[in-house]
Amino acid sequence: MNVIVDTMKPVDDVDRGGEATALLSVRGLIKHFGSSNGLLARTRTVVRAVDGVDFDVMKGETLGIVGESGCGKSTTARLIMQIIKPDLGEILFDGEKVGSTALGLNDFRKQTQMVFQDSYASLNPRLTVEDTIAFGPRVHGLPRKAAVERAHDLLHRVGLEPSRFAGRYPHEISGGQRQRINIARGLALEPRLLILDEAVSALDKSVEAQVLNLLLDLKDEFGLTYIFISHDLNVVRFMSDRVMVMYLGKVAEVGPSESIFTKPRHPYTEALLASMPSMDPDHRTEEAPITGDPPNPINPPPGCRFHTRCKFTATLCANAEPALHDVGGEHLAACHLANPESGHPRLSLA
Amino acid sequence: MADSDALVDVRRLTVDFGPRKKQVRAVAGVDLTLQKGETVALLGESGSGKSVTLRSLLRLHPGSARIGGSITVDGRDVLAMPSRELAAFRGRTVSMIFQDPGLAFDPVYKVGDQIAEAVKRHDGVSLAEGRKRALELFERVRIPSPERRLDNYPHEMSGGMRQRAMIALALACRPKVLLADEPTTALDATVQIQVLLLIRELQRELGLGVIFVTHDIGVAVEVADRIAVMYGGRIVEMGSCATVIRNPAHPYTRGLLTSRAGHAAQKGSRLVAIPGAPPDLANLPPGCAFAPRCSEAIEQCRQTVPEAVSLDRGHFACCIRTADAPAEPARAIA
Repeated sequence: MNVIVDTMKPVDDVDRGGEATALLSVRGLIKHFGSSNGLLARTRTVVRAVDGVDFDVMKGETLGIVGESGCGKSTTARLIMQIIKPDLGEILFDGEKVGSTALGLNDFRKQTQMVFQDSYASLNPRLTVEDTIAFGPRVHGLPRKAAVERAHDLLHRVGLEPSRFAGRYPHEISGGQRQRINIARGLALEPRLLILDEAVSALDKSVEAQVLNLLLDLKDEFGLTYIFISHDLNVVRFMSDRVMVMYLGKVAEVGPSESIFTKPRHPYTEALLASMPSMDPDHRTEEAPITGDPPNPINPPPGCRFHTRCKFTATLCANAEPALHDVGGEHLAACHLANPESGHPRLSLA
Repeated sequence: MADSDALVDVRRLTVDFGPRKKQVRAVAGVDLTLQKGETVALLGESGSGKSVTLRSLLRLHPGSARIGGSITVDGRDVLAMPSRELAAFRGRTVSMIFQDPGLAFDPVYKVGDQIAEAVKRHDGVSLAEGRKRALELFERVRIPSPERRLDNYPHEMSGGMRQRAMIALALACRPKVLLADEPTTALDATVQIQVLLLIRELQRELGLGVIFVTHDIGVAVEVADRIAVMYGGRIVEMGSCATVIRNPAHPYTRGLLTSRAGHAAQKGSRLVAIPGAPPDLANLPPGCAFAPRCSEAIEQCRQTVPEAVSLDRGHFACCIRTADAPAEPARAIA
């Protein structure tokens, strides 16, 4: 087994469950946001942000999550981080339930960190770069001197010279540099899992590539596992080993990255891929793959949630919700067409 | 590059903001022409001057901004227009769509009324006439159940529909030039392509001249006839869409294309990134703004601002090393 030995790693951080245990298992995750519409409202509107999601993240892999706004990808990330409480469902980290006596929240948060999209809003404007990075370790009991030392070491590793940057405030540095600070802060507690929620989306294209390279280097160096959330399909394909496609609070399709991008089995994934600008001036996109906007996650359509926009829709799709079906090679798709026994009329045509 | 027939003719445009002692030169000498029925994409990163250039065409800057050079649209000098004439010019000859349609509409008026008001103001017709025109436009931009949607407030529409409504508003007075400032950046992928196709279709049918600002090369390729790449307040390369994508001549353009995640050879490999960060506009280097990040820079690059080097029909790059650069075969971009 290839364990990266780091002198700074505390003892309780070693691989507890063994290689075959998923680092993170999410089971039956549900989060509905309710608003009662004021005192006199007769109906309660419920946003089904995450509505029954299961997935695993294996040790050392990068799981990409893609989907449009309102699909629940960011809510899923926040639920994993316990920033918001799930209504239902279980999160296991290295085989142990998060929040149980075996793995308390403090312990869990030491091992799981998150980097957000807005590099400025996620930093305290009144803390210097050095204090920002040292803050977490100090809260978790590291003496100030050692914490600052670690901060300098991390600054160095994310490509920022400590002597130049340690004493600066967030407003004194550029967006790309700020995101490097956020990444350094995320690594300060030596986590095993890093959740990157649109972490490069706000960066300029020429800086984005630098940060992506940095993330790949850090992953190798520290033996990290990533959950990489983005709306940019090119970036997700480049970064991820496996990809999960979400639509209106549900998993539409999940599988190995290349398989998803070259042989998508869910019509939504297909449409999403076909919506990417062509990059070929001689073969521009001539027809939009699907029309309309993604429906509101308040009162999502019954049955398959994509059936209102799907070109293969049948009566079955409006009535029965498709389960994730294994189409081979650890590739799962939640579409009646992916399941030969579903009775979708198009299947008998083939 | 003088062109008296051009619909839009911008020459030596400069825009400065802030107090004179600490001024920020957002646009540092831009020459740009737009023909009738043509779409030009201004491609660049934040702070490259693309949006400031676009806004100059409608003089949308705060009064403290100092604009130099000349802007001629449809034979009229925009910078010399008195405010009354400018008000008539905006929306009538040149109109604009923005990144966030939620901010472009007034939240307390119905969308249909806002469009009708614009038509009434510019065409001098009745409000009822204006409503009729608004309905026609809603059908044109393919908003489903248009009649009902006219009575929506902006917050009642989804992002994609609001953007369609804004396009309808922009086209209300049959302008000759449409300025688009990242109109699809805030939209979801499946909606973005719909709006891009709509803009392309309307441009073709109405014979509009379109200047389209974007940071996304893929979006530029979908809509543009010509692409102008901006960096540090200047256009550093310009040419037909196919030329710029296949035979980029400026090191910055080449860097943008090769650093794309979609260009990566294989998983686990590293991207060919451009080092450093975009320049500080308050403190531009004396020579080529890209020189500090450029792997091909020589001493001369740091001293003089490079002039445009003409390469091919309508293709130029502002780089003194263009002539020395190894001839690169057409690059297949997947």
